[in-house]
Amino acid sequence: MTTLATKRTGRKADKAEPAVSSKIRLATAWLGGCSGCHMSFLDLDEKLIDLAEVVDLVYSPIADVKEFPDHVDVTLVEGAVANVDHLELAEQIRQRSKLVVSFGDCAVTGNVTSLRNKFPLEDLLTKVYHEGPGAVPRGGEYDKIVPALIPRVLPLHQVIEVDAFIPGCPPDPERIWAAVSALLAGEPVVLPEKMRMFG
Amino acid sequence: MAVITMTINDELVSGVEGQSLLSLIREQGIELPTLCHLEGLEARGGCRLCLVEMQSTQRLLPACTTTAQEGMSIQTHSERLVRYRRMILELLFAERNHVCAVCVMNGRCELQDEAAKIGMDHVRYDYLVPELPMDATHDKFAIDHNRCILCTRCVSVCDSVEGAHTWDVMGRGVNSRVITDLNQPWGSSRSCTSCGKCVQVCPTGALANKGSTVAEMVKRHDFLQWILDGREKKQWVMHNGGSEGRR
Amino acid sequence: MKRSDLQAMARRELDRQQATRCRLLCCASTPCLSSGAATVQQALEQAVTDNKLDAEVVVVSTGCMGPCSRGPMVTVQLAGQEDTYYENVTPESARQIVAEHVMANQPVADKIMPSDLPFFAKQHKIVLANSGVIDPERLEDYVARDGYAALAHALREMTPEEVCAEISKSGLRGRGGAGYPTGLKWDLVRKAPGEKKYVIANGDEGDPGAYMDRTLMESDPHRLLEGMAIAGYAVGAEQGFLYVRGEYPIAAKRLEKAIRTAERRGLLGSRVLESSFSFRIDIRIGAGAFVCGEETALMASIMGRRGQPTPRPPYPAQSGLWECPTLINNVETFGNIVPIIAHGADWFASVGTAKSKGSKIFALAGKVNTTGLIEVPMGITLREVIDDIGGGVADGFSFKAAQTGGPSGGCIPAEHLDTPMDYESLRALGAIMGSGGLIVMDNASCMPDVAKFFMEFCTDESCGKCVPCRVGTVQMHRILERITNGSAAPADLQILQDLCTMVQETSLCGLGQSAPNPVLSTLRFYREEYEAHIQRHECPAGVCKMTEAPTLELVEALPRRIRELGTIPMSLA
Ligand SMILES: Cc1cc2nc3c(=O)[nH]c(=O)nc-3n(C[C@H](O)[C@H](O)[C@H](O)COP(=O)(O)O)c2cc1C
Ligand code: SF4
Ligand code: SF4
Ligand code: SF4
Ligand code: FES
Repeated sequence: MTTLATKRTGRKADKAEPAVSSKIRLATAWLGGCSGCHMSFLDLDEKLIDLAEVVDLVYSPIADVKEFPDHVDVTLVEGAVANVDHLELAEQIRQRSKLVVSFGDCAVTGNVTSLRNKFPLEDLLTKVYHEGPGAVPRGGEYDKIVPALIPRVLPLHQVIEVDAFIPGCPPDPERIWAAVSALLAGEPVVLPEKMRMFG
Repeated sequence: MAVITMTINDELVSGVEGQSLLSLIREQGIELPTLCHLEGLEARGGCRLCLVEMQSTQRLLPACTTTAQEGMSIQTHSERLVRYRRMILELLFAERNHVCAVCVMNGRCELQDEAAKIGMDHVRYDYLVPELPMDATHDKFAIDHNRCILCTRCVSVCDSVEGAHTWDVMGRGVNSRVITDLNQPWGSSRSCTSCGKCVQVCPTGALANKGSTVAEMVKRHDFLQWILDGREKKQWVMHNGGSEGRR
Repeated sequence: MKRSDLQAMARRELDRQQATRCRLLCCASTPCLSSGAATVQQALEQAVTDNKLDAEVVVVSTGCMGPCSRGPMVTVQLAGQEDTYYENVTPESARQIVAEHVMANQPVADKIMPSDLPFFAKQHKIVLANSGVIDPERLEDYVARDGYAALAHALREMTPEEVCAEISKSGLRGRGGAGYPTGLKWDLVRKAPGEKKYVIANGDEGDPGAYMDRTLMESDPHRLLEGMAIAGYAVGAEQGFLYVRGEYPIAAKRLEKAIRTAERRGLLGSRVLESSFSFRIDIRIGAGAFVCGEETALMASIMGRRGQPTPRPPYPAQSGLWECPTLINNVETFGNIVPIIAHGADWFASVGTAKSKGSKIFALAGKVNTTGLIEVPMGITLREVIDDIGGGVADGFSFKAAQTGGPSGGCIPAEHLDTPMDYESLRALGAIMGSGGLIVMDNASCMPDVAKFFMEFCTDESCGKCVPCRVGTVQMHRILERITNGSAAPADLQILQDLCTMVQETSLCGLGQSAPNPVLSTLRFYREEYEAHIQRHECPAGVCKMTEAPTLELVEALPRRIRELGTIPMSLA
């Protein structure tokens, strides 16, 4: 079972640890998802204050950090891997975090994001962008600004190694708290039956 | 009726001759997952979730189709069995397109439930993402093949309880599909009596009342025992006090 | 017809045969027919007529002679001489054979297949004794070789118990794959309570490349009918079914004709050979599903239901067709019954090994010099089969593996070539006797690719009833596909292996239970090949194209590649 404790001791010291604070360095990332998991995270409400006492939120869509930092202890990843930016970020997350957690059904199973897997990519793009009112000219999809879609949406663990899974669409705050508090305590994430239902 | 004695998880238990292993196991209060089997329908042995381990031979046998026998000794939750059950659930989730978040049965689905019970929290296999249709031509019901696990409860109840045999299976292997009549739209079926039994026994979101949306569908399995008791014992008693099916 | 009529028929036919100076046997089995045997036979007949030899020479179309890759085959039987085998006969050489060998007693040397070749010498024909010798469409030919004498003997001199005991004593085991003791099975059905009982001959033969049963049905149909009738008498059944694979129209036609002839002569139907025993046989044609060879699925198919297996117990012997006790045996198993009854259990048991008695037919294929249908004593080594009977690995190739048992079997490497071919020894190697497919592979074969081929077969043929086989085979095939196209990750090997054991242990019927065998056996003996594919992206045999890269490598490479190309490589799909 992977826990923060095992990861901490077993870790290679690649770079010197930044000696800023003894708090746990937490990150949350947003790949192909609807941000619902993050909303649910915010619904931790007053627990967020408790959390803030023990963690530094070093990267998150709700914090203004551009680059995924080094030496992260725990990263919660919302959303499935749907485009090339997600691939790049997923790779960085894995390299720079001790524990990676698939956070919510999209990261765990592909979920709603993967509904598009039934359609060939070209058909999908044509349908969405080139047909009907406001059709845009062709040729813009693989631009440097809009990240290219990968042919098939993948759950996170099919792209990088994942240490724990929090199912739910979205996982409700109780679930998130159960998982996060276990992670922070260095314990394995074992959610009770009622908290590990998909959907 | 002769009494038999056997061992389940190292405990001596007694049952009736001819009783299925499954019912004897459940009588002991042991939970065993079953997706193809439903009390009241003929046992099928298809989903393989109810496999138990024979202590003498280490062989695995489905509890639903196996008759309990004097002197048998079985384990119901060995490490190997639990591991295999999890793998089987993973295979089922990977086979078709299960997106619980947008499914009519979200929260009441037997497949979803079993996954949560066993702790199957992610699927290690490739999602196969098959191209599958929905049939919403029937006035009252619809089938979404994306959610079907081919348990064939619908086929069985329609044939043995309703006597219509509207449902059957076509194709083979992973391309199998349940069909109505000879693969005609359900709405045009002349054998379907619109009784809705298939919908009620379906463990997943494959069969549902038309018009139900995400997480709205409620199914009642208790009706089956009610009908069967009425038919066989002339008793009309609701077992669950008429509650709304599971949970 | 009585027993004495049978004997009279045999005498008449033998007299007739002795009256002809020469018999020209021309194989009319599927392999030879497909290489032009029909025109060869026409040429022979024409030459006989043209040379006005009709009174002294007959042309007989027979069943399979064995060396199928050398067909069309023709045998010349001249009075007072040894039989001469001709191979690769053309209409041209057919005329030459008549003109030179038949008329001038000058054999056509360059077309002769020497009869002292190990191909013939090392074989031991019990089941195929009549094959390639008699005209399968003439009852008289069969009767002249003691046909139906064993049935007559059993009906008159033996009780059903005695028949079962004789079969048990012979040590005969089922030839359909599993090797269950035949006598034991017969006795179970005989003892099973029930008014009505059935006998089924399983001629579904679904293994790709195997054609033992087809040959027997095409070459000696009456032997099969006689074996079934003896079984019917032994177990107390009056009805038999012959389940013939849909792809075998010639076999079905010949069997149909044989049944009609036998019924007309009182050898089948009511009051067989004027005894109190009646036995009808009906043919059922399969529709090309491998799983319908599995006994419970086959019975469902006979009863007009979807051909899907049902859990055993109950076994067919207790509750089979329409819930009646049913005996089901493979066609080749039935082919052994007549010789056992005719020559006795001890004679039969003197051939073979301690636990595997008699002979086994194999369809020898692949990279050996002579391929074809062979019948060998149980216990012969693979080396003898390949080097002697098969004439060695084809020139310029080197032996890599022998595959037995088709999609349920495994691959045997060179270091085990001296293994005796019997049920237990093959099983110990992770291969199986199976129904008799035997493919010799050389270094140009890639083992993961071979495993993938068989897994694809199982994926297509899974009936879909149980989850491990229905979905598990597809997932295993996917992983094998990744291994052979270069996109497998190191973790895939463990996932594959875990799936193999799970599917083996949890599937409902033999199809799923044995589907992982080709993977497990190649993993056992050729693991380094899998590792080369996965770790070095290399196919040592040079078969796999290895065009893809693993997902994890793509993760790093893809964003850059996409931006360079302005398009998406579809390899992640
Ligand atoms: C998937 C599957 C396919 C089979 N195919 C055949 C077949 O083609 N022919 C056959 O005789 N037995 C086949 N068998 C074996 C039969 O189920 C059965 O064991 C056999 O016919 C019994 O005859 P025997 O005792 O004479 O071998 C198959 C079994 C399985 C599981
Ligand atoms: S059928 Fe069940 S498991 Fe499948 S999507 Fe619906 S709720 Fe989820
Ligand atoms: S539709 Fe429902 S009841 Fe019928 S086979 Fe599919 S999952 Fe089972
Ligand atoms: S093992 Fe395969 S062929 Fe046999 S019952 Fe299961 S799905 Fe059907
Ligand atoms: S419930 Fe027994 S196999 Fe499905």
